[in-house]
Amino acid sequence: MNPTDAVSLIREKFGVEPVMDGPTVTVALPVNQWKEAAAWAKTTLGCRYFNWLSAVDWKAEGLEVVCRIENLESGLVIFFRTRLGAGATHCPSLVPVYRGADWMERECYDMFGVVFDDHPDLRRILLPQEWEGHPLRKDYAIDTPHAPYR
Amino acid sequence: MEVKPPIPQVPAPVWGDIKDLQEWEKYHQERQDGDKTSETLASIADAIHHMPGGWIVVTTTEKIFNWARSSSIWPVTFGLACCAIEMMATFASRFDVERFGMVPWASPRHSDLMIVSGTVTIKMAPMLKRIYDQMPDPKWVVSMGSCANSGGPFRHGYHVVKGVDRVVPVDVYVPGCPPTPDSLMYGLLKLQEQVAEFQKVGRRSTPAQEG
Repeated sequence: MNPTDAVSLIREKFGVEPVMDGPTVTVALPVNQWKEAAAWAKTTLGCRYFNWLSAVDWKAEGLEVVCRIENLESGLVIFFRTRLGAGATHCPSLVPVYRGADWMERECYDMFGVVFDDHPDLRRILLPQEWEGHPLRKDYAIDTPHAPYR
Repeated sequence: MEVKPPIPQVPAPVWGDIKDLQEWEKYHQERQDGDKTSETLASIADAIHHMPGGWIVVTTTEKIFNWARSSSIWPVTFGLACCAIEMMATFASRFDVERFGMVPWASPRHSDLMIVSGTVTIKMAPMLKRIYDQMPDPKWVVSMGSCANSGGPFRHGYHVVKGVDRVVPVDVYVPGCPPTPDSLMYGLLKLQEQVAEFQKVGRRSTPAQEG
């Protein structure tokens, strides 16, 4: 599967215009197509390797979830990105499609507070369980006191 | 495409649920702070001191105790970050603190000194406190490097304790990022000077002034 074929397939399947840069294809999707698109890319494009998942905080515009999946045989790389909308924190989970998304989504929940629906075990992974707030959000103050040590 | 069934729920481990830890916390809340010397030993020494000619015995034994303490400070090997590499170099043959009687010991229960070498995160701080509490009195702490002194470059991070002195009392601060083995060795010699005064003052003494 080369990137040009992938771009035309994505265009006719989802009706969005992907951005191609070398072997990398970036696709911006609405939230309701998130899980469907990942499952489709896994079967049709052969992107069976889930590389990572993270989020971006665009302040007033809300959170954006980004994930990178790869087809290791052909070297095709796909970025999926979706805007959750201002103030929204819910996103469909990719764990039913990629088991490796489990800890990535837990980390994303830990740091950004994105709630992944249907995630089997959504709790904090890096910070202590009793931590308040999500530190990588832009509205998290840098010197937020955390009892009893600061 | 095969859609896998959800993974069964795993209950989150909660520290408070462990009975051993609860008992440990209770014991340490009841325990008095700053019991650096033995009350019994102090009263015996006081009695001898007030006997005729007894002060000679007391001052001599004080000297012996001070010499013994300051020349066998065993640091617990407690490396947290990159400063631990320099600490290892200090313990190793080139700088060799063993000639000062400092044997890096892999157990807090046999140690007199904790060298906090590296960044203390908020998640690590309770464990650091626990190791400190496991050490027998009298005990000393050397804060090694910028991170342990004040939080260093990570001071405004969300997860860093801004100086290990917010968790345990510190005797010697060694600056540097990381401090060279020479700096750490200088700090350890300064600590030895403090420990040599321990029996006289009976508590943590202030560091000697320079010059």
